[in-house]
Amino acid sequence: MGVRRRIGGFVLKVNPILCDGFGHCVELAPDLVRLDEWGYPIISPTPVPLSNLAALESARYAVRGCPRQALAIERVADVQS
Amino acid sequence: MIDATSLPRVLAAASGRPLSLAEHDDVFGLARPVPAFLEELEASGLTGRGGAAFPTFRKAKLLRDQRGHSKFVVVNAMEGEPAAHKDRTLLAANPHLVLDGAEYLAAAIGAKHIVVAVSRDNPATVNHLSHAIHERERRTLRGAKFELHTPPWRYVAGEESALVHWLDDNESLPQYRPRRPHILRIGHAPVLLDNAETCAQVGLIARYGGQWFRSIGTTTSPGSTLVSVSGAVTRPTVMEVALGTPLRTVLAAAGADTDPQAVLLGGYGGAWLDGRNIDVPYANESLGSLDATVGAGIIIVLPRGACGLAETTRIARWMANESARQCGPCAFGLPAIADDLQRLTLDARDATAAHDRLLERCGVVEGRGACRHPDGVVRLVRSALRVFADHVEEHASGIPCAAARSTRHFAAVPALEREEELVWE
Ligand SMILES: Cc1cc2nc3c(=O)[nH]c(=O)nc-3n(C[C@H](O)[C@H](O)[C@H](O)COP(=O)(O)O)c2cc1C
Ligand code: SF4
Ligand code: SF4
Repeated sequence: MGVRRRIGGFVLKVNPILCDGFGHCVELAPDLVRLDEWGYPIISPTPVPLSNLAALESARYAVRGCPRQALAIERVADVQS
Repeated sequence: MIDATSLPRVLAAASGRPLSLAEHDDVFGLARPVPAFLEELEASGLTGRGGAAFPTFRKAKLLRDQRGHSKFVVVNAMEGEPAAHKDRTLLAANPHLVLDGAEYLAAAIGAKHIVVAVSRDNPATVNHLSHAIHERERRTLRGAKFELHTPPWRYVAGEESALVHWLDDNESLPQYRPRRPHILRIGHAPVLLDNAETCAQVGLIARYGGQWFRSIGTTTSPGSTLVSVSGAVTRPTVMEVALGTPLRTVLAAAGADTDPQAVLLGGYGGAWLDGRNIDVPYANESLGSLDATVGAGIIIVLPRGACGLAETTRIARWMANESARQCGPCAFGLPAIADDLQRLTLDARDATAAHDRLLERCGVVEGRGACRHPDGVVRLVRSALRVFADHVEEHASGIPCAAARSTRHFAAVPALEREEELVWE
């Protein structure tokens, strides 16, 4: 009861078939996403701890802001924080 | 019955024309129901012969545990690799063995439909299969029903999600699968997809058992496998060899150059192996330490004096053109990689910069497509830079070799089609 502990982590995943390289995600989650030379997002596959609220928040922004709905947040059980 | 230690197995009694059903029953014995089939499959240790070498039993079990009354077994005879001829050779010899295997798998997972998929650009194989399926229809067996499907030939059309996409919706485009293992589906029906040769091996395991299968090959890679040998050979050949046979022995048996500069193993998404290493046993556990795999059984022999970089460039260019162009990193990255390779090979002034760009772009593209097509190209290119390292230096120091401009080629690469000519449906 009481405090819900945030264990585990998340990765932001892009569906490369849907993604059209508009690049909004970089602006919304600059710490998680960078662009390749053709304008498509490169997202680190290493999970981010859920306790990193700022990162989680920006990932949510990116998911909502993607015009192609190509992004998703995937929960991962274990991460080293 | 086929003797446990003799070869060929899946190519037994191959005679230049497909065995009829009656002849097939004579050679291999009747395909009786086998109650402990999955146990035998597990004991056999058979791995997929389509490239990924995934344990066939684990895939079958995953599908058996799926709910749904209308499951599919799909036999992948697409053979997208231009240097591969094994599936068509097998189907021109023992089509019923492949169909037997598919029937056993269907019975084991509870599938009602068996789809055999072969490219329509390969009419001889289409004929053999439709004839064989027709022959079986006269048998009064209650079991899964066979259907023959003929998607267009494209390199990625044989990729499992692309093939299932075509069967489901007439487009040979791979699908995005964020989580593995992913259950492929036609409509709502779960699909078990296996390569044609894998099915033929299953047909033997069901008849003779897992221990019989393991009596040749190595402990980790049991059994036999089909190889397609081309390049510096007297004649391109398909042979059945025991896994773990020294590569040199395989080359000698195929009538190939046994003192080659290098050998391309696996396929166009495979890796080059230095000619100095051809005494390695031909099995994944041994090839792995040299960053190569058996893959789809392709062996392309590159003689001394030929330019491995030029060969790799031609392959990479064609592979880039075969991208389904659904994913940015594949659609733009592969042509960029092919351009870099071409500069490295032919343009001395830009060679050093091209080399560094190549390594960087390989890292950028890897793992970012919906399917593994770009990863295969990255693997091929990295292996070329490693195996032909001395040669890379020569090109980079401003002396492109004469062979790079030669018109004599060793890897069979189809003519490039223009983008608007590529057929996907
Ligand atoms: C780009 C690409 C092309 C492929 N083409 C073929 C093919 O033509 N035939 C084939 O059997 N497997 C092909 N595969 C492998 C299949 O996706 C799949 O792994 C295999 O058919 C599964 O059967 P197996 O477990 O019996 O090997 C391809 C894979 C990729 C990534
Ligand atoms: S915002 Fe969406 S479509 Fe645009 S680059 Fe990012 S993932 Fe791709
Ligand atoms: S990675 Fe390439 S071949 Fe695979 S689906 Fe994407 S664009 Fe098509």
